Amino acid sequence: MFSRAYRTAITVPPLVWVAVFLLVPYLLMFCYSFWSVSESGTIVHSWNLDNYHELLTKPVYWQTLLRSMWIAARVTFFSMLLGYPLAYFLSFHAGGRKDLYYQLVIIPLWVSYLVRAYAWKTILGTDGVLNTLLQYVHLTRHPLDFLLYSPFAVVLTLTHIYTPFTFLPIYASLEHIPRNLVEASHDLGATPAQTFWRVIFPLSIPGVLAGATFAFVLSLGDFLAPLLLGGPSGIMISNIVVSLFGAAYNWPLGAAISLCMLALVLALIFFSERLEKKWSFQ
Amino acid sequence: MATTSESGVVTHTHPNSASLVSIRSVAKHFGKNIVLRDISLEIAEGEFLTILGESGSGKTTLLRILAGFEQSTAGEVWMSGERLDTQPPYRRRVNTVFQNYALFPHMTVEQNVGYGLAIAKRPAAEIESRVAEALAKVKMSAYAKSKPSKISGGQQQRIALARALINRPSLLLLDEPLSALDANLRRQMQVELKALQREVGITFIFVTHDQEEAMVMSDRIALLRSGELEQVASPRDIYNRPATSYTAQFIGHTNLLQADIRHGTATCGALQWPTSLPDGPALFSLRPECIRPATTAPSLAAIRFRAQLRDQAFHGSTDLLRVESDTGQILTIRTASRDLPNSDAPLEFEFSAEDAVPVRASNSKERT
Repeated sequence: MFSRAYRTAITVPPLVWVAVFLLVPYLLMFCYSFWSVSESGTIVHSWNLDNYHELLTKPVYWQTLLRSMWIAARVTFFSMLLGYPLAYFLSFHAGGRKDLYYQLVIIPLWVSYLVRAYAWKTILGTDGVLNTLLQYVHLTRHPLDFLLYSPFAVVLTLTHIYTPFTFLPIYASLEHIPRNLVEASHDLGATPAQTFWRVIFPLSIPGVLAGATFAFVLSLGDFLAPLLLGGPSGIMISNIVVSLFGAAYNWPLGAAISLCMLALVLALIFFSERLEKKWSFQ
Repeated sequence: MATTSESGVVTHTHPNSASLVSIRSVAKHFGKNIVLRDISLEIAEGEFLTILGESGSGKTTLLRILAGFEQSTAGEVWMSGERLDTQPPYRRRVNTVFQNYALFPHMTVEQNVGYGLAIAKRPAAEIESRVAEALAKVKMSAYAKSKPSKISGGQQQRIALARALINRPSLLLLDEPLSALDANLRRQMQVELKALQREVGITFIFVTHDQEEAMVMSDRIALLRSGELEQVASPRDIYNRPATSYTAQFIGHTNLLQADIRHGTATCGALQWPTSLPDGPALFSLRPECIRPATTAPSLAAIRFRAQLRDQAFHGSTDLLRVESDTGQILTIRTASRDLPNSDAPLEFEFSAEDAVPVRASNSKERT
């Protein structure tokens, strides 16, 4: 249908882009992960599995990875807890205000990530808005110090930032449910609650899976929120990668950790897509 | 049959039967848009009633009010002596067959049919046997484990029917359930549906825009026009005795004759026939099949007129003729198929005076 030249013209640029900016860097990382750093601080191109061995044997790495996954899991859970009811309300009960509310959910995405992270810093800090208020109403005598520089602060901030990402796919899947299915369920004697659990929720599972994958993958790889708000106990795996590539100057170990994370994330996306397919009926 | 109740409200009741559903002065407004106005209708136990109307006539809205998906703006609906319109849909002993079937895509055929029973928390053994029975009734037992997306439209239709009937409702609502099927399957389903209704004895309210479908299946037809009931009668009555010019034109074809009556004789162009109506202008409906080519032996009752053949269309067993009388009147005539003399000479036609049915002129309404 289209000429050969046209097809080449539209397919080659994206392929080149992906190759240069994605495949080549990953290939380099892959190579680095098998090399090592000498005493004098130069990279030795000798192929071995030392980095992967270190990663598995030194507790600091796999413990931080586990902690990151635990933080990401909590973020996923809380953003589901917020995102699903919000999406359900908008899709089924917002009536004429649907578009307005939708925009209100989207607008925070336009605000810079850094601004929002700093905003939480001013809210949660020892002299922050929250602590001042709590002391003013005499709920506490001293500032609560677990609020900032803690995993709590990281989970809170990441939940705030990634809830719209869980909301969007859930909302889309709810919007796709034909409304006559809901009517048919009521017609056959099901109360609104029974209709939700037997019809609406099962049909929204693809959106739930997509939203959960977004929240988990995005927060697992996050390094800004732990950097700004996490403190020593809130450090995540990406912070370690950043320091290995920066101050510590151990690119090979950094590359090995990155590749492990990549494998983890790809496996997750693969399984979530398989599950989504199983639960979609359109 | 129209009767006037004590309150002066005209209600349409089915003769000789106890009323199951009573629709009393129901109206529905969507903002400024009036979709239904002052609908009153009695539906008898075991009746097959068709609500017939063009798109936008309000027929689906009326059905949705009965199912409980819409609230009426005014009026009441009663069923078996209880107020129906104040109940939520899941408490009504009313089930619906939806236009696009609305089968649950994540459930098998079996789970779809058993949904109502599972919701009612019936024992598993009972659900199993009743589902098997319902599937057998609609000849779909072989597809019990299939997903709805894997079966054809006609099969989905049967499943939707089985799912709606398994709860043994007092009233079954059908919202244009055959409109998505092709013509042959549609005719077959019309017969099957009618037979099924007789067998189960449940009251059916069937919504359609197809007047032929309405004629084939119904005990009574309620013709809805721009949110008002135009006429409620049996198919034969509504066809043979249309009350208004709209009914006469919507149900089948007709020739509308704007006649002038003087001393017991109605005159319309070249046609003249006796009538008992008082003097003045009047509108008559004369069905195309009531006019026939004149026979050689003239009968006394027959009204004769001469007209030129303008057009002849072959419709299988019948032909549809368009003829023009001496005064330039165009009439449609349905006759048994045959070859007519292909000449310019005027032909002689006849009809019986009683076939010219006086009808009320329907004022042309604006669609709101």
